[in-house]
Amino acid sequence: MAQEVRKPVPHPTETTRPFWQGARQGELRLQRCRACGQPFLYPRTLCPHCLSDDLEWTTASGRGRVYTYTVVRRPAHPAFGNDVPYVLAIVELEEGPRLVTNIVGVPPEEVRIGMAVEAVFEAAGEEVALVKFRPREES
Amino acid sequence: MDLKRSAAIVGIGELKPSRHPDGRPVLELLAEVARLAIADAGLEKGDVDGLLVAPPLGEHALMWPSVLAEYLQLRPGFAETVDLGGASACGMVWRAAAAIAAGLCRAAVCVTGDVLDPESFYSPRGGRPARLPAREFESPYGPMGANSGYAMIAMRHMHEFGTTARQLAKVAVDQRTNANANPDALFFDRPLTIEEVLASPLVCDPLHLYEIVMPCTGAAAVLVAAPDIARRSPHRPVWLLGAAEKVTHMSLAQAPSITTSPVAYTAPRAFQMAGVTPADVDLVSVYDCYTITVIVTLEDAGFCPKGQGGPFVEEHDLTYRGDLPLNTHGGQLSFGQAGLAGGMSHVTEAARQLQGRAGQRQVRDCQLAFVNGNGGIMSEEVSLVLGVE
Repeated sequence: MAQEVRKPVPHPTETTRPFWQGARQGELRLQRCRACGQPFLYPRTLCPHCLSDDLEWTTASGRGRVYTYTVVRRPAHPAFGNDVPYVLAIVELEEGPRLVTNIVGVPPEEVRIGMAVEAVFEAAGEEVALVKFRPREES
Repeated sequence: MDLKRSAAIVGIGELKPSRHPDGRPVLELLAEVARLAIADAGLEKGDVDGLLVAPPLGEHALMWPSVLAEYLQLRPGFAETVDLGGASACGMVWRAAAAIAAGLCRAAVCVTGDVLDPESFYSPRGGRPARLPAREFESPYGPMGANSGYAMIAMRHMHEFGTTARQLAKVAVDQRTNANANPDALFFDRPLTIEEVLASPLVCDPLHLYEIVMPCTGAAAVLVAAPDIARRSPHRPVWLLGAAEKVTHMSLAQAPSITTSPVAYTAPRAFQMAGVTPADVDLVSVYDCYTITVIVTLEDAGFCPKGQGGPFVEEHDLTYRGDLPLNTHGGQLSFGQAGLAGGMSHVTEAARQLQGRAGQRQVRDCQLAFVNGNGGIMSEEVSLVLGVE
């Protein structure tokens, strides 16, 4: 009997929970260092630029561009077997930080480096939503 | 003080890679190559007082140096786990030399190996996973291990510099020609053309199946010894002339640059320590988990300007009879990647070539080699310059 294999989901820690809760509420949140002013991802207990722990949460625009991507044709994890081909990408946010994500809402062959994208939020349980991106009109 | 001529590789032990594990635990493979390296150096077990081990990927354990020391009844005065992924082997060589220079030991055996079944390599493994950022911020999006990471490097490299699929394929094809002269290579009896590479299935765009290493089973070790021991060894001592290391990230999204690797830091420093330049090099033996890895490494090491790696590999013959012999054992792409022993294969091949023991694929008058170890998603780099007197 084939057993259902579930996709990995984020398990938030105290430090990362605001990011995932924000996503669940349709908002992309970034930490910003009050000491050096730099925003960063992923959430941390300290600023990776200057090691200050004087941090604040900010709401990002949700806009960015595809920095690079690949079309995954053979999944590493069996739970992604029905999704192939899908686009795994690194998006660079307008605010600067980069994150690993999926590009959705567009056929894989139409994805391009530099493509303007915006965040969409895909619920994965009560507490968490994955942050994915879809093409947007150039502003 | 630097590490130039502080120690030499004097012994090699390496198993022929296999795609079909025979059931032996990895510990037995590690013990076997340690024994071979000690014997190749003309030493007795009692001469060995340093032990460096890279933690195997396929079988997890704590305190590998103690496990292996006990098995071999070695009593090292310097014992270390080197955990730099594919860069571990190169990292072990300079650490062994540093320990020797510091007087901690005089003869150190550096051991790598793995038992990997290609069929199950990508299957999820048991155990409680560590709570790490990659698991929380990448795994939910379906990365394909290292494949998708290097694919994203290749995609960006093609975008920035116009690198082509044919140029990438050329790396795999020249290395296959080398493997066809190496009976120990997994793909010894299988020639390969650029058209065949491009016709192989895309796994993660733009990387085709034949641009990706084959996980396999095997092990490799080298014996690094103090100068006085090296001068008495049965083979030409392979001196460490230069070394440098740099570690930057785990996730590619956190990398300082997607297309420029830490090799841009390590290679110039290794060359400077050795007092040589890329133009002096007779053999290039650099980590090649994917075709793109070789092109980025050649650029960042200064063999060609940044972005020109594609045209460079097209213009040069990278085979053992060519103008720039590169990965003459076939590289991991054609020799096989036995876990972290894959990274060691670049060290053992350089040593073999410099000692004049490379058989049919011997590079003529091989005096100086550039060796590079690469781990993670071009996140851990160790560059070595090795030479004979």
